Amino acid sequence: MKAIVSVIGKDKKGIIAKVSTALFDMDINIENISQTIMQDYFTMIMAVDLSESKLNFSEIAQKLDVLGKNNAVEIRIQLQSIFDSMHQVSTMDDSI
Amino acid sequence: MYSEKEIIETINMVSHQHLDVRTITLGISLFDCISDDKKKTCDKVYDKIMKKASNLVKVGETISNEIGVPIVNKRVSVTPISLISASSKCHLELIKTLDKAAQEIGIDFLGGYSALVHKGMTPYEKEFLLSIPEALASTNKVCSSVNVATTKAGINMDAIKLMGDVIKKTAYLTKDNDSIGCAKLVVFANAVEDNPFMAGAFLGVGEEDTVVNVGVSGPGVVKTALERCKGNLTDVAECIKQTAFKITRVGQLVAHEASTRLNASAGIVDLSLAPTPTIGDSVAHILEEIGLEQVGGFGTTATLALLNDAVKKGGIMACSSVGGLSGAFIPVSEDIGMINGVLSNNLTLEKLEAMTAVCSVGLDMFAVPGDTTAEVLSAIIADEIAIGVVNQKTTAVRVIPVYGKKAGEEAEFGGLLGRAPIMKINTSSPAKFINRGGRIPAPLHSFKN
Repeated sequence: MKAIVSVIGKDKKGIIAKVSTALFDMDINIENISQTIMQDYFTMIMAVDLSESKLNFSEIAQKLDVLGKNNAVEIRIQLQSIFDSMHQVSTMDDSI
Repeated sequence: MYSEKEIIETINMVSHQHLDVRTITLGISLFDCISDDKKKTCDKVYDKIMKKASNLVKVGETISNEIGVPIVNKRVSVTPISLISASSKCHLELIKTLDKAAQEIGIDFLGGYSALVHKGMTPYEKEFLLSIPEALASTNKVCSSVNVATTKAGINMDAIKLMGDVIKKTAYLTKDNDSIGCAKLVVFANAVEDNPFMAGAFLGVGEEDTVVNVGVSGPGVVKTALERCKGNLTDVAECIKQTAFKITRVGQLVAHEASTRLNASAGIVDLSLAPTPTIGDSVAHILEEIGLEQVGGFGTTATLALLNDAVKKGGIMACSSVGGLSGAFIPVSEDIGMINGVLSNNLTLEKLEAMTAVCSVGLDMFAVPGDTTAEVLSAIIADEIAIGVVNQKTTAVRVIPVYGKKAGEEAEFGGLLGRAPIMKINTSSPAKFINRGGRIPAPLHSFKN
């Protein structure tokens, strides 16, 4: 199962390390990562693969939410399908 | 794939622009529950709803969690009850059964305490219609609708006359709560069989056993997109179309997921923009963003026509089966821009009626003085229904004659139903017209065979 993790907040030292460690601890593989500053907000987006994680989706979401709250950033995890639906007209698999 | 900008766009739609899926409505056919024994029918109805819909709320919440988009309502619609109860005449008992099932599975509303009387009424259907006030006053979640006309059959004026009385009585029985019972009752022309929205949802007779119909929303998203559009009206239409496409894709995804997980057929996605009383979630504000000083002024009907059409065009490509009502809802009490239009006397009932000729449904959630006569209520319905019948579209009336209150006062319903300033209305008597009864024949252009 593929998902997108997004981290939004005021620029914060060490946040990349903290989020990637948390994902590693949950056996979640990071496939792609990008970061940028948008309207003074630090934004990090990670494409992740949940298939090896032993936790279910809501447990993962809850752990990330707690991590976000402890670091004063918003961390969301959403299935990739919502972005596929909204932003891709083609139904072709992108591996083709 | 998609860019960071697109990901942020989706997140902002939810966190700042009130994008939500308004409802997952599970349609359940009750035809296999018919029997000639009252208790047996009620037991079968209860068992079937519990069996098919007990997971609905949980499934809705799980999907919402996974995709990060709120799914505001989880609802059930059933086969029109007048058809299910006709054999055993168990409608009074079924009111309690339906409410009990709805409470136990934790859904927001159950629609389908309904009758289809567009051409004529059986004696039993008349008895059924007269039970509607009791059904709405004694339950919290049961919604009712009555189809009184179609373009093919014409307008059943006997039913419309009766509905004037039914609405008055419902208003009286729920007078302690600003006649809120009337907010759960819709009178339709050309009612659709796959409507996921309340209070008018029922599962049509031509439908499958269990069907998931989804209603999207998102007026705030359209308004935000338009704030950046500096072009002419063709550009405005294009901007709405593209935004509607994205919103509807979310509905399509939810419909697919929900139907798979509930083991039901994927029905339709209803593209209607549905406002809420929250600031930033108003259809009226979209019209104002297009260029009106305030909704209700001249230009309102034209801008609404543009909006309604562009929403449909964007949505149609975004999902495999479009249905329900689709377009833009213009309920007064559920839209802060509409409420303000009425409060500043810019939006009159006459203009609202004109707007319904080009919106997705009709005169919705508006309050009139409590002393409005049953004949005037029937005539308001007849006018609105005539617009639907002649223009081959769905129209409806959801009117609240607020018991004990007069024009200028306000009715407070709370939650998604909002609040409604009581509108001043023309009270000249249509009594002779209404009391004639009979049927207004189908219009000439309905004869297409």
